[in-house]
Amino acid sequence: MVSTTAEVVYQRPESFTDVHTHYCPGCTHGIAHRLIAEVIDEMGLREKTIGVAPVGCSVFAYKYFKMDFVEAPHGRAPAMATGIKRVLPENTVFTYQGDGDLASIGMAEIMHAAARGENITVIFINNAIYGMTGGQMAPTTLPGMKTTSSPFGRDVELTGHPIRMAEILAIMDGSGYIVRRSLHNAANIRKSKKAIRLAFEAQERGLGFSMVELLSSCPTNWKISVRDSMEFIADKMIPVFPLGDYKVSPSLEGLKV
Amino acid sequence: MAKELLKGNHAFAEAAIRAGVEAFYGYPITPSSEFLEYMSSRLPSLGRAFVQAESEVSAINMVYGAACAGKRAMTASSSPGISLMMEGISYIAGTEVPAVVVNVMRGGPGLGNIAPSQGDYYQMIKGGGHGDYFPIVLAPARVQEAIDSIELAFDLAEKYRSIVHVIVDGNMGQMMEPAELPPMKEISKEVPDWAVTGAKGREPNTLTSIYLAPEDEEVTNLRLLKRWKEIEKNEVLYQEYQLDDAEILVIGFGTAGRVASSAIREAREEGIKAGLLRPITLAPFPQERLIELTKQVRRILVVEMNSGMMLDDVMKIVKGQVPVEFYGRMGGMTPLPDEILDEIKRVAANKGPGSDDPRDEWIPRLEGRILGEK
Repeated sequence: MVSTTAEVVYQRPESFTDVHTHYCPGCTHGIAHRLIAEVIDEMGLREKTIGVAPVGCSVFAYKYFKMDFVEAPHGRAPAMATGIKRVLPENTVFTYQGDGDLASIGMAEIMHAAARGENITVIFINNAIYGMTGGQMAPTTLPGMKTTSSPFGRDVELTGHPIRMAEILAIMDGSGYIVRRSLHNAANIRKSKKAIRLAFEAQERGLGFSMVELLSSCPTNWKISVRDSMEFIADKMIPVFPLGDYKVSPSLEGLKV
Repeated sequence: MAKELLKGNHAFAEAAIRAGVEAFYGYPITPSSEFLEYMSSRLPSLGRAFVQAESEVSAINMVYGAACAGKRAMTASSSPGISLMMEGISYIAGTEVPAVVVNVMRGGPGLGNIAPSQGDYYQMIKGGGHGDYFPIVLAPARVQEAIDSIELAFDLAEKYRSIVHVIVDGNMGQMMEPAELPPMKEISKEVPDWAVTGAKGREPNTLTSIYLAPEDEEVTNLRLLKRWKEIEKNEVLYQEYQLDDAEILVIGFGTAGRVASSAIREAREEGIKAGLLRPITLAPFPQERLIELTKQVRRILVVEMNSGMMLDDVMKIVKGQVPVEFYGRMGGMTPLPDEILDEIKRVAANKGPGSDDPRDEWIPRLEGRILGEK
């Protein structure tokens, strides 16, 4: 007789609902969702967390997280999160926003939430394109990149330059933790999870505004294969959007997660 | 409590505090700024939420958030600011969460001016934001009535999970009047079962205004419409003055209605049987009472501080049964009692048929008066 002991090493996080997502194959939204769910599980925050979903591909994020959620107007998630956090300061409040939502229509809301030092966490999905509306130019679209509204490639003379949100938000006095990570391979996914953990730790410690920018894929609207999409992030996006810690509150330094 | 001399905007804000408002989010704009200033000095010391937002767009979305958390939340602004809030107001209506918005109306369109106006009637009463929804609209005419309207607005908002507008003009926001504030109400500890507060020991709550399947949106639209029909049945408020034997019916709301009541008193002294119907709820409109009155009165005069907006609703209800006439001032002008008295006299003497658009006769009369005032 051989006796064995079974140990669970991988399972659906408690913070996830048991449904299929509507995301396209090769889209990294699913990975970002999973990392958030794992962090919330590990920190035991599920029963006090309120998520704020955006307008964009992740408009239905609330279907995939097993926790209280609201769905904000386009770009207004930081304002809604402010409204909630100010009346429920003991709860954990996070927004999940894409680049059109956060860096274009919601630029005022995100800047002022950071300036006020709102004690909320923002997960920012930067895939350099508008996904839900069919692949138009985003505020983070790379120079020369073809989209359905920049069909000849983004001409910076006519349409301006990509906006680097992590760098901008890091200079706000109210921010406590601002970093950029990427989801294009396993090593970077692990680093992304640590960053998400620290962002929520910052909120739980009352260190002010926290944001994790995640470089993400959109094979459908980039019109390239999934594998090429991951290479596109590594070779094309990271040079424009360098990964790194842009602001880390001294209270988080040395914290092992 | 005794009556005090209170400034409109301050009194409305204190009334909201005493009604248990837990969050005020706003942006400065004349003539409603004192509302925000007052809240900034009072709410933090009470441990309640106050944020001066970066814009009206942001302010209303903060209100939306706090409303989703099941808290009494409000904002106050003035016409151009309300235009910016219309996005959030539509989302609040679509999500079916309660919130109160006070509009201290000023002259427009565009930047207009900071003088008192009723030019936002269409925007406030007919929805203003996108989609099928029906706001409740209260239009008090004096500081005391506005104080009372604020608590009523919260009660109605929560009863029907609806957006409620309290509209006053700049006169009301800025004037000082003796009024009595209600006692401080204890904040309700009750958490609505739909609110997002963290899913502790229960299934998660989701609050959204998205219904991607048209079949689902239609059911939602129908639910809102049926709820509105209930509101129409239950929540109509109006004030009557000298209507028992009235032959000339004057209809006006807010300041215009209040000025009209002075004119009616003078008309009565001159032997003209005039009376006033002043809707306090513009939505729902006192439709049934107006239909009754069309069987009693000989002629109707609608008085507004706009280009004849409520006039359209009156015409729709009266259906040509009685001739309807109109007198309005626009652009931030407030009519004087004498002006309305002149109109009442003219209407009383007019035996002619009604017009399809009473504005056609009013325009030259107003032009004449503007020339005379120069």
